[in-house]
Amino acid sequence: MLRPLKLFGLFARISVLNEVQYRANFFMQVLQSGLSLGTGLIVLNVVYSYTDTLGGWSQAELLAIYGVFVLMGGLIGSLVIPNMWAFMEDVREGRLDFTLTKPEDSQVLISVRVVAIWRLVDVVLGIAVLSVAIARMGLEASWWLAFAFASTLVMGMILLYCVLLLASILSFWFVRVWELMEMMQSIFQAGRWPVGIYPDWLRLGLTYLIPVAFAVTVPAEALTGRLTPQLLAGTFVFTLVALFITRRLWMLGLRNYSGASA
Amino acid sequence: MSLSSTSLLRIYTAAGRMAVMEQLQYRAANLMFMVHLVIEPVIYLVVWSAVAEAQGGQVAGYTAAQFAGYYMVWTLVRQFNLSLSPNSFHWRIKEGRLAGELLRPIHPIQTDFGYWLGFKVPQTLYWLPVAALLWLAFRPELSPEPWHVLAFPVALMLAFLLRFLLLWGLGLVCFWTERVDGVFESYFAAELIFSGRLVPLEVMPAWVQNAAAWLPFQWTFYFPIESLLGRMSASQFVSGALTQAAWVAGIFLLLQLLWKQAVQHFTAVGT
Repeated sequence: MLRPLKLFGLFARISVLNEVQYRANFFMQVLQSGLSLGTGLIVLNVVYSYTDTLGGWSQAELLAIYGVFVLMGGLIGSLVIPNMWAFMEDVREGRLDFTLTKPEDSQVLISVRVVAIWRLVDVVLGIAVLSVAIARMGLEASWWLAFAFASTLVMGMILLYCVLLLASILSFWFVRVWELMEMMQSIFQAGRWPVGIYPDWLRLGLTYLIPVAFAVTVPAEALTGRLTPQLLAGTFVFTLVALFITRRLWMLGLRNYSGASA
Repeated sequence: MSLSSTSLLRIYTAAGRMAVMEQLQYRAANLMFMVHLVIEPVIYLVVWSAVAEAQGGQVAGYTAAQFAGYYMVWTLVRQFNLSLSPNSFHWRIKEGRLAGELLRPIHPIQTDFGYWLGFKVPQTLYWLPVAALLWLAFRPELSPEPWHVLAFPVALMLAFLLRFLLLWGLGLVCFWTERVDGVFESYFAAELIFSGRLVPLEVMPAWVQNAAAWLPFQWTFYFPIESLLGRMSASQFVSGALTQAAWVAGIFLLLQLLWKQAVQHFTAVGT
């Protein structure tokens, strides 16, 4: 269990050293994140100008959802998605052979190689939005709340990692899958709003197919005291199942990989 | 440019046919692209229907069913105003493609225009089943009169032409600098807010509506969408379409000047 973390630490250090050479990219990211935060807040404000609650969520609670959305987007965007792109590129170019010959677990290796550090700007912004929302909600801090929020956040991230990796694994069979990744990223946008407002067919998809519900709404539910122990346990089981399925498909995909280099 | 209109037409057909063939090759990719395209308005629609319901039926004169109508037409307008990404200029210059294109006896904008026009043919076909599904799922209220239906394609084509010229012109920024992402993102953020892409402009606060009146964006989303909803009078439509045409003419002239400057600034890369 410690070894993947150590590998992650190592690769993260290399990524940081690499990226700090290009400091202008930081300002570019600040501009981009600022723009998307700005438009997001404008939209929220337009909604607020007409109504106090949306799908049973108050204004401050909706802001909390938006904060989790930005935070999760930053986490996935810096830690998961760049790795998936690199992996798909490797399959296409035949460079995956070099990964497979290394004496480490290949799934771990391809999952921790890249950290897009500038995307962490979104993590900072997400936490800032969350802080404002928490202050407005007048939340009473408790250990249960902190535990529920942190654990659902981590599980949400793992679930998104699973579906993104599942989509990338398809590149073992169909080389060109980046449209699928793009599609999933646009579906993630649905997480700006509580999944409860979506019609049933869409909500099911957003829960089990592309688990936006678990990634954003459930952590926000935890923070606003809506999370029941049953739902927490259910999320835990679902996360384990998703990890197991992903692992099996990874093995299956590897067997199907024939190499494209040399 | 001293091309006769028949040879221009031949160029458009050739470039357009290429786009059609490319699109028909990647069917699975197209399906995913449709989902990508439709998920955006569906999110807006769900949110605004919920707000309308919380408000006791309507927001700024739109009922939930009318929002459904708006975003339904939105999907078709989006298909039509889809144009080349300004970023493609970055790639064209970097890969040395533009150097070759400049040597041809025709302006590169002509082949681009033909290509994107042809692109609409398969995209509209792919759109039909999606529209049918959206119709069943959201039951939109659309009440255009016959003349609205006839007038709509005019607004649609002018919207495509305007957005095509705008994005093409924006792409020319790549001739001067490589750090273009910030410029493009700012542009698209402005478009999102001021075009009616996000919500019908009536729903927006007054400052957005006032600013939108001076910007070209609403003529590529809001106006063509509204023209099919059946709420517009004939005189409103005519003055709107004329404004669209005026924007097209203005941007076209600006583009001529800009293009001259850009080509002088161009440094060829590649072989």
